[in-house]
Amino acid sequence: MTTFTELLLGGLSMGSVYALIALGFVVIFKATEVVNFAHASLLLAGGYVTAVLHDDLGFWPALAVGIAGAAVVGSAVDFLVMRRYRGSDHSVLAIVTIGVDILLTTELTRLIGTDVMALGDPWGDRVVNLGEITIAQTRIAAFAAAALLITAFLLAFRYTSWGVAMRAAAENPQTAALMGVRLGRVSMSAWAVAGALAAVAALFLTVFPTPGLERATSLAALKAFPAAILGGLDSTTGALAGGLIVGVTESFATGYQSELTFLGGGIGDLAPYLVMLLVLLARPAGLFGTKELARV
Amino acid sequence: MSDTSRPGPVTPAPDAPAGQAADSGTAGPSVPESAASKPSAPAAVPDAHAADTDTEPAASATPAEPSAAEPPEPPTAVRPTWLRARPRPRAYAWVALSLLLLALPFYLDRFWLQAGLFAMAAAIGAIGLNLLTGATGQLSMGHAFFLAVGAYGYCVLAGGNEVESGHQLTGFGLPTWLAAVLAVCLAGLAGGVFSPIAGRLRGAYLGIATLALIFVGQHVLFNARDLTGGFNGRSVPPLSLFGFDFDDAELVVAAVPFQSMEKLWYVALVALLACGLFARGVLRGRPGRAMNALRDHRIAAGVMGVPVARYRAAVFVLSSMYAGLAGVLLALVFQRTVPEYFGMILSLEYLAMIVIGGLGTVAGAVVGAVFVSLLPQVLTRWSDALPLVSAPGTGGVSPGEASRYLYGAAVVAVVLFLPGGLTRLVPSSREKK
Repeated sequence: MTTFTELLLGGLSMGSVYALIALGFVVIFKATEVVNFAHASLLLAGGYVTAVLHDDLGFWPALAVGIAGAAVVGSAVDFLVMRRYRGSDHSVLAIVTIGVDILLTTELTRLIGTDVMALGDPWGDRVVNLGEITIAQTRIAAFAAAALLITAFLLAFRYTSWGVAMRAAAENPQTAALMGVRLGRVSMSAWAVAGALAAVAALFLTVFPTPGLERATSLAALKAFPAAILGGLDSTTGALAGGLIVGVTESFATGYQSELTFLGGGIGDLAPYLVMLLVLLARPAGLFGTKELARV
Repeated sequence: MSDTSRPGPVTPAPDAPAGQAADSGTAGPSVPESAASKPSAPAAVPDAHAADTDTEPAASATPAEPSAAEPPEPPTAVRPTWLRARPRPRAYAWVALSLLLLALPFYLDRFWLQAGLFAMAAAIGAIGLNLLTGATGQLSMGHAFFLAVGAYGYCVLAGGNEVESGHQLTGFGLPTWLAAVLAVCLAGLAGGVFSPIAGRLRGAYLGIATLALIFVGQHVLFNARDLTGGFNGRSVPPLSLFGFDFDDAELVVAAVPFQSMEKLWYVALVALLACGLFARGVLRGRPGRAMNALRDHRIAAGVMGVPVARYRAAVFVLSSMYAGLAGVLLALVFQRTVPEYFGMILSLEYLAMIVIGGLGTVAGAVVGAVFVSLLPQVLTRWSDALPLVSAPGTGGVSPGEASRYLYGAAVVAVVLFLPGGLTRLVPSSREKK
C-alpha cells in the first residue's frame, strides 16, 4: 500500500508537470489552431538556458532567465516563422513546426552533446517522510509550482482582458479581429506563455530523481503530446486531466515493472502512448475535446 | 479561402508533369508500344484543366470521370500534330536520365552506390508517405514504424534459427524473395491493424496517434530479442532471385566487379519504377481524385459518395506497404538492421522529404528523398572542403547535423517560398499551354 501511495503521489506530481507542457500546447492550438510539434524543443531551450546560467547567476535568476528565454524563443518562432504562414492550411502549418523542431532540436542537442547538465535546483535529493511514505522534495515542489501556475493561468484566461481576447480569437478569429482583438498579439502571447510554461516544466523534468538535462529530455517532453491529445486538443481541462492520467499511468507502469516483465523492459515509457491509443479508440476527439459537428 | 487553396487543390497539375515524365521515361529505353499511349496523354489534358479551374475540389472527385470521355475531342484533334512537330526535350531528358541510372554502377564506387540505394529506398518510402500525407492529407509520424516492420519482417522470415553474438535468434528460413513479399504484406497488415484509428482520426490527432507507433516499435524492437536481436540488431540475409544471389560474391560484368551494391542497384531501380508507376496510376485515377477530395473537403467528399473511413484506412495500408518495401530494401543495403535507426528522426526525415520535394506527387517524393538522403552523404564526403562543417567527433557541426539544419530550414523555406515543393521549379509543359 505504501508503494501504491508513493507511486500515486509521484505520478500526480509528474502528471502536473506534463499538464504544464500540455497546457502550453493547447493554448497555442486554441489561439492559432496550429499544432506545435516544436514544443519539446521550446522546453529544451528553456532548460538549456537555465542549466548554462545557474553557476554564474544562481538558481532563481537563472530560472527566471530560462523562462524568459523560452518565452522569447516561442514568440520569435511565431513572429519570424508562423506569422508568415497565417491563413495557410493547418496541416501545412503543423509540418512547418516540424521543420522548426528539427532546427531547434538539432542545435540544442549539439550544444548539450553527451553531457548531463545539472540545473542547480535548491532541493537536491532530499526527501520528506510522511509516516511510511517517502517522497522527494522535488516532487512536492513540482506539484506545488504546477498547481500554482495552472491556477494562475486559468484565472488569467477567465478574467483578464488578455484571456478574453484569447478566448475570442479561439472562438472565431474573424469576428474577434473585427472587434478589435489583435490576432498577431494573441498568437505571439500564446507562444510566449507556452514557452514559459515549458521552461518551468523543463526544470521539473530534469531534477531528482532524473539525472539532469540531457538529449533524452526532449523524449520525456514528448509525453505531453499524448497528454494533450487524450484530454482533447482544444480543452484546457483536457490538458490537465490528460497530464495527470499520463503521469499516473507512467508512474504505475514503471513502479510495477517487475510484475509486468512479460511486457518487456521500459514499459513505463510506452504506457502513456498505449493509454492514448485506447482513449482515441473510444473517443476520437479525446476525453474533453469538442466533437466536430458538421452542417452540410 | 483563396489563400488556403494554394497548396491544396492545385495538385491535379503537379501530378501532371510526373505523369508525362514517367510516361516518356518508360517509352525511351524499353517499351516502344507505349508510343501508342502517347495520344492518350494530351487526351487527359482538358481533364486536368477542368479539375484545375474548378475551385470546388469536391467537384473534381467523381464527375471528372464522365467528362473525360466526351469533351476532350476538339483539342486532341489539334494537338497531336503540334506535339509531333516539336522536338520534346523532356523525352530526351528522361532517356538520358534512365541511361545514366542504368550505367552508374559501372562507374561509381561502393560509397556512392550505397548512398544512391538509400536514396532509392527512401524514395519508395516517401512515395508511400506522399500518398497518405500529401494526397490524402493524413499526417503520419509513424512511417519509421512500418519501415521497421518491413526490414525486420524480412530478416525474421528469411533468416534461419541461428546464434548471433551469443544470442539465439528465431527465423523461418523462407526463400528470400518470398520473405520480401511477405514482409511487405506484413507491413500492410500492421497498417490494417491500425485502421480503426487511421480511419477515424485526422490532422494532429492522427499525427500524434501515429507517434505512438514509433514508441511501440522501438519497445518491441528492443525487447523481442528472439526475433529482432535486441540492441545489436540482426544481420540481413542477402536477397536471392531465381537462383541469382544479390550478395557480395564478385561477378565481373564488362570488366567491372559487381558486388552486392551493384546488383541491388538494378533491383532498386525496378522496384522504384514499379512503385512510382503504381502510385501515379492511383493518383491519376478515381482513387486519387477521391483522396484529394478527402484532403480538401472531407464532408463534401463524403457527400459525393467517397467512403471516408474506408478510403483513409485503405490509403494508410497502401502507404505502410510502400514503407515496408522501402524497409526491405534498406535492410538489404545496410546488411544489418539496428533498432535505433527506426526512431522518430527517421519519420521526420520522411516528412521533410515530401514537403521539400512537393506534396501529393510521385516526382515530389522522389526529388525530396534524393535531396534529404544524399545531403548527409555529400556533406560527409566533402566535409573538410566545406566551411562550417567538420568531421564527426571533432566538436564542430558534424555533417549529419549540418544536413539536418539544411533540411529543417528547407522545410520551412519551401513551404514559405515554394509551395508545391522543388518539383515546382521545373515548369510543367502542361501549365505553359
